[in-house]
Amino acid sequence: MIEIKYLAPEIFLVISIFSLLSVGVYLKNSFNIIFRLSTVIILVTLLILLTSDIENIKIFNNSIIIDDFSSFIKSLILISSFFILIMSKKYLNDIKNDKFEYPIIILFSILGMFIMVGSNDLIVFYLGLELQSLSLYILASIDRDNLKSSEAGIKYFVLSALSSGLLLYGCSLLYGFTGSTNFELILKNSENVNTGTIFAMVFILVGLAFKVSAVPFHMWTPDVYQGSPTSVTSFFSVVPKIAGIAVLIRFMYVPFQSIIDQWQNIIVFISVGSMILGAVAAIGQNNIKRLIAYSSIGHIGYAIAGIAAGTENGFRNTILYITIYAVMNIGAFAFILSMKRGQKYIEQIDELSGSSKNHPLMSFCLLIILFSLAGIPPLAGFFAKFYIFMSVIESGMYILAIIGLVTTVVSAFYYIRIIKIMYFDETKKPFENFKDIGIHGSIVISCTLLISFFLYPSILNNLISNISIF
Amino acid sequence: MIEIGLSHYLVLGAIIFSLGMIGIFLNRKNVIVILMSIELILLAVNINLVSFSIFLQDIVGQIFTMLILTVAAAEAAIGLAIIVAYYRNKGSIRVEDINQMKG
Repeated sequence: MIEIKYLAPEIFLVISIFSLLSVGVYLKNSFNIIFRLSTVIILVTLLILLTSDIENIKIFNNSIIIDDFSSFIKSLILISSFFILIMSKKYLNDIKNDKFEYPIIILFSILGMFIMVGSNDLIVFYLGLELQSLSLYILASIDRDNLKSSEAGIKYFVLSALSSGLLLYGCSLLYGFTGSTNFELILKNSENVNTGTIFAMVFILVGLAFKVSAVPFHMWTPDVYQGSPTSVTSFFSVVPKIAGIAVLIRFMYVPFQSIIDQWQNIIVFISVGSMILGAVAAIGQNNIKRLIAYSSIGHIGYAIAGIAAGTENGFRNTILYITIYAVMNIGAFAFILSMKRGQKYIEQIDELSGSSKNHPLMSFCLLIILFSLAGIPPLAGFFAKFYIFMSVIESGMYILAIIGLVTTVVSAFYYIRIIKIMYFDETKKPFENFKDIGIHGSIVISCTLLISFFLYPSILNNLISNISIF
Repeated sequence: MIEIGLSHYLVLGAIIFSLGMIGIFLNRKNVIVILMSIELILLAVNINLVSFSIFLQDIVGQIFTMLILTVAAAEAAIGLAIIVAYYRNKGSIRVEDINQMKG
């Protein structure tokens, strides 16, 4: 029974979710209050997580693991969902989608990610993954009177359920060929490599690549990003990606450590494919959400390149990359959520033209974020890519590093195209002027972090260099 | 008489799994068929797990199967709900008609 205290954040989340549900059912028009309460709950969970002294411990028959890695990822998930929630409130009110279920489903998916990130067993992992994905299906189609949103929901549901099926088939093979569902026992029993384990690894890798939208399993990303409400898109592009990358790292470095020669090639292929597609396919896009979708595929490619290095430094740099990626994407979506003209939110890139005259400060912030996404020094995005390429070169994968550099240059084109449209094209009507502490606060914090990262890179580096999962 | 062993069950599982995959990719008519194909894939996994569980003399596989059955039910419920929401907007659930977004 003493073990249960290590699960305090999860238990607090569960209890508060169900209390919120009952409050929402009995109170009329409870969207605003539940929204505020759920942001408070996220902060309290973060507090519980940070105050509990982290020790590397495995609980419940070694099926759940509490270590620095999972705690870091969990706090990252909580912080980014907090910012995404506070910046999406005005949007949800404006599109008349103020259903009280929205924040509750977000909390459910956070709970699923917590279980997934802390899992040390195939069964626990699968249940966490499904709790997360089921919540995300609902989120994608939350605007149910909108054809595009429900279509996004249907597409996401079909492809994600298919990928869960593939992943599960891999899990069943892994269980059969190693005789256990525990990650450490799987590693112990797969010392002498057999075909069954490699098969299982491929299936599981396919499923996880689907969840983080890496090539060749990316086809759902642009449609789902475009169709779902922008607040949901901002959640999709950040939080499940963090959890997915974390689980990918855990799988590759714990149960599949002994077959590193086999998975390294596959990961390199996935990474190269994502980088190239992310750079090339985004060029012709006119919808900014679609563009961000392709750019996020590219960024996942860079993040996975760190895993491909196969070293301890490699996965640490992947965590660093995904952290900075989250900061950049939160800023970018805060800007997209403020693009409103008249009664309508706009998504076309052309509509941005000349916005630097009407909104100099906001445009400058977007310029910083886009430069950082493109990886231009001295912004944080440059250092993220720099560390990744360093660890890739340390492992002697020069071709991967060269392809990464070339695609960075190519992808800079479409980021800079947006900047050109903002600064040099003829001015259109200004956007609606409003003050919203959530949106403007997020964009300012994001920009400050991106600019000031190079002054004190050691803060984040020290945090991450303590992480190990071996 | 041939003895029915583990490999027969695994082949059965693999065949059902492939049928599910084919059902998803070759189907051009109805989204409900896709839903059924997904159920078929999960069923193949269950056959695999139970036969491995018997073969290994280990109960964990059967527990896993129980949990998968539960999750599959929840997944089907949410899938049908999304399909109903889509049908109310579009008036059709033909796979070819799901093409609002392209680019």
